[in-house]
Amino acid sequence: MKRLGKVWTVIVYLFLYLPMIVLFVGSFNDGRDLSEFEGFTLSNYVTLFRDTDSLALLLNSVILAVSSALLATLIGTFAAVGIHSMRGRIRSLVMTVTNIPLVNPEIVTGVSLSLLFVFVGRGLLHTENVLGFTTLLIAHVTFNLPYVILSVMPKLRQMDNQLMDAAQDLGCTPVQGFFKVVLPELWPGIISGAIMAFTMSLDDFVISYFVYGNSFVTLPVEIYTNTRKQMPPKFYAMFTLMFFVILVVMILMNVIQARDESKQKRRVKGA
Amino acid sequence: MSKELIRLVNCRMDFDGETVLDSINIYFNDSEFLTLLGPSGCGKTTTLRIIGGFLQPTSGDVFFDGVRINDVPPHKRRVNTVFQKYALFPHLNVYENIAFGLRIAKVPNKEIDERVTEMLEIVSLRGFEKRKPDQLSGGQQQRVAIARALVNRPKVLLLDEPLGALDLRLRKDMQNELKRIQQQLGITFIYVTHDQEEALAMSDTVVVMDKGRIQQIGTPEDIYNEPKNAFVADFIGESNILDGIMRADYVVEIFGRKFRCLDRGFEPNEPVDVVIRPEDVDIVPADSGHLCGTVTSVTFKGVHYDTIVDFKGFKWLIQTTDLHRPGEYIGIKLTPNDIHVMKKSAYSGMFGDYSSYSAEYDEINDPDAVIGGEETVEEALNNEE
Ligand SMILES: Nc1ncnc2c1ncn2[C@@H]1O[C@H](COP(=O)(O)OP(=O)(O)OP(=O)(O)O)[C@@H](O)[C@H]1O
Ligand SMILES: [Mg+2]
Repeated sequence: MKRLGKVWTVIVYLFLYLPMIVLFVGSFNDGRDLSEFEGFTLSNYVTLFRDTDSLALLLNSVILAVSSALLATLIGTFAAVGIHSMRGRIRSLVMTVTNIPLVNPEIVTGVSLSLLFVFVGRGLLHTENVLGFTTLLIAHVTFNLPYVILSVMPKLRQMDNQLMDAAQDLGCTPVQGFFKVVLPELWPGIISGAIMAFTMSLDDFVISYFVYGNSFVTLPVEIYTNTRKQMPPKFYAMFTLMFFVILVVMILMNVIQARDESKQKRRVKGA
Repeated sequence: MSKELIRLVNCRMDFDGETVLDSINIYFNDSEFLTLLGPSGCGKTTTLRIIGGFLQPTSGDVFFDGVRINDVPPHKRRVNTVFQKYALFPHLNVYENIAFGLRIAKVPNKEIDERVTEMLEIVSLRGFEKRKPDQLSGGQQQRVAIARALVNRPKVLLLDEPLGALDLRLRKDMQNELKRIQQQLGITFIYVTHDQEEALAMSDTVVVMDKGRIQQIGTPEDIYNEPKNAFVADFIGESNILDGIMRADYVVEIFGRKFRCLDRGFEPNEPVDVVIRPEDVDIVPADSGHLCGTVTSVTFKGVHYDTIVDFKGFKWLIQTTDLHRPGEYIGIKLTPNDIHVMKKSAYSGMFGDYSSYSAEYDEINDPDAVIGGEETVEEALNNEE
C-alpha cells in the first residue's frame, strides 16, 4: 500500500512536469520535429535572441506585468488596510465581494471589461479605439487586486492592533506610524502578493485578448492569435527561459514565506 | 508632591449606546502612584485610553496641567503607555524598540545612545540590545515595554495590567522593580490592575471601580479599613457583611445584639451594612463569647486557618492561627475596632455571607447591654447631646 502510494506520487509528478521536460528537451533539439531528437543545439536560443520582434513582444509583456503588479500592489495594500479597519459584518461582506472576481470565469471578466472600455471610449471620450496599453493595464490591475488583498489581509490579521497605538503613543503621527510600524509587518504579504500579481499578469491571455489594441500587443496574445500553424522552435527556447525565471521567483517566494512562518512560530512560543 | 497634574471631570463614555463609563471624576497628582482597581470589564482600560488620547470621552473633560486636552491627539500628549499586551515592535530589536520614541523626537544619536543604555541598566537588560522581541521571555518583554515608555521621560506613565501575564514569582519581583523605578524617577504612575493585593501593596492612592463608576478613592489603608460600600468591602480582601441597624451614634445592632462601634452620623435606626474582617475576629470559649456558633469547615492556608462558622444559618469566615475542628461550638469576641459600618447601597445584599435580622438569635442574656463598651446606650445617646 505504501509502495503503491509512492508510485502514484511519482506518476502524478511525472504527469505535471513531463510537458516541461519535453519542452526543455525540445528547445535544444536540432530539428523541427519534436518526436525525434536529432542532436543538441543552441540555435533556437540564438534565433530567439536575434528575433527582435519576439523580444519586443516579451518586453511588452514584462512591462505590462511589472507596472500592473506594482499598481495593484500599491492599491491592494491600502485597500486591505481599509478593509481591515472596517467593522466585523461589513468587513466580511467586502471580503466576499473581493473574492468573487477570483472565481469569475476569465472570459466573463474579459468581455465585461471590453464592453466597459468601448462604452467609456465611445460615450465619454468619443474615440473608436480606446484599446491599448492603458486598457490592458487597467484590466490587469483589476484582476490582480484580489490576489494582493488576499495575501496582505492575513498579515494584518496576525498583527497586534495595539502596535499603531504604541507608535502614536511614542510620538508618531498616524501616517508615520503606518510607515514605521505597520508596513514592516506587512512586507512579506505585500511581496508575495506582488510576485503573484506579476506571474498572473505575465501569462494572461483570455482577459488581455478582449482589451488589447494593435498599439500594444503582449506575447501570449500574439502567440495565440498569430501562430495557428506550427510553432517556431525559438518559442520553445523562450518558454524554457520563462519557466526557469518563474521557477526562481517561486523558490524565492517560498523561502521568504518559510522564513516568515518560522518567525511567527517563534513569536507564538515567545509570547 | 501634591501638585495636580491630570483631572477627569464628569467623564462619560458610550459604546454603541451602552454606557461603559459614567460620571468619572478623578484627579492625579504629580509623582503619585495611583491604581485603578476593579473587576474585568469595569472600564479601567477605557479610562486609561481616555487619558492616553486614544479615545475621546462622549462627554466630560480631560485636563492636563490645567489645560483642556480632549482634542489633543496621543502623539502630542506628554504621556506614555505600557500596553496590556506589551505591543513591542516585532521588526525592531530591543535597542531600537527603546530608542523608537527618541528617534521620532529627532534626539541626537549620541544622546539616544546614552539614554537607551541608561534605561537598559534600570530594567536590567544590558546585553539584550540585539535581541528581537520574539527572542525574549514574557518578563523581559515586559521590561522592554516599560523601558520603551520611560526613556521618553514622560510626566505620566500609564500601565495597563502590565504584570498580568507573569507568574507569581516574577510578578512580585516586577512589582518591587516598578515601585523602585517610580520612586527613583519621580514620575506619576497610573496603574491598572484587577489584583487587589497588588493595588494595596504598590499604590499611594487606590481608585476602586465597578460597572463604569468609581466606588471609592482613598489610600490603601482607607480602602481596606473604611470601605464605602459592600462592593468595595467584598472586592478588597475577605469580608463578612451583615445587615445591621444603627441604633445611635457609636451603637450598631447586629443579630439583635447591640455592639459599640466607631461610626457615627447615621439617622437613628437607619439600616446599615456592617463589615467584619475575618482576621479581626477573636475566637473564645463558647461561654465567654458575644456570639456563639458551630465550626463547619476549616482550610489550612499556611499562615492561618480559614474557619467557617455557622451562626444559626449565617456563615462567617474567620481567620485564626489556632485550629478549631468542624463541629466545635465556639464563641467570638468583637471589639469596637473590628466593626465597620457602611451606608446601604445598590450593592447591599449582594456580597459577603449575608444575613438578615434574626429574632431568635438571643442566646446571651440581657439583650439591651451594649457589647464592647462600658457605657450603656442611654449614656452614649446622652453624650452626643
Ligand atoms: N471599542 C469598544 N467598543 C465597544 N465596547 C467596548 C469597546 N471597548 C471596550 N468596550 C466595553 O467597555 C467595557 C469596559 O471595557 P474595558 O476594556 O475598559 O474594561 P477593563 O476594566 O479594562 O477590563 P479588563 O480587566 O478585562 O481589561 C466592557 O464592557 C467592554 O466590552
Ligand atoms: Mg483592560
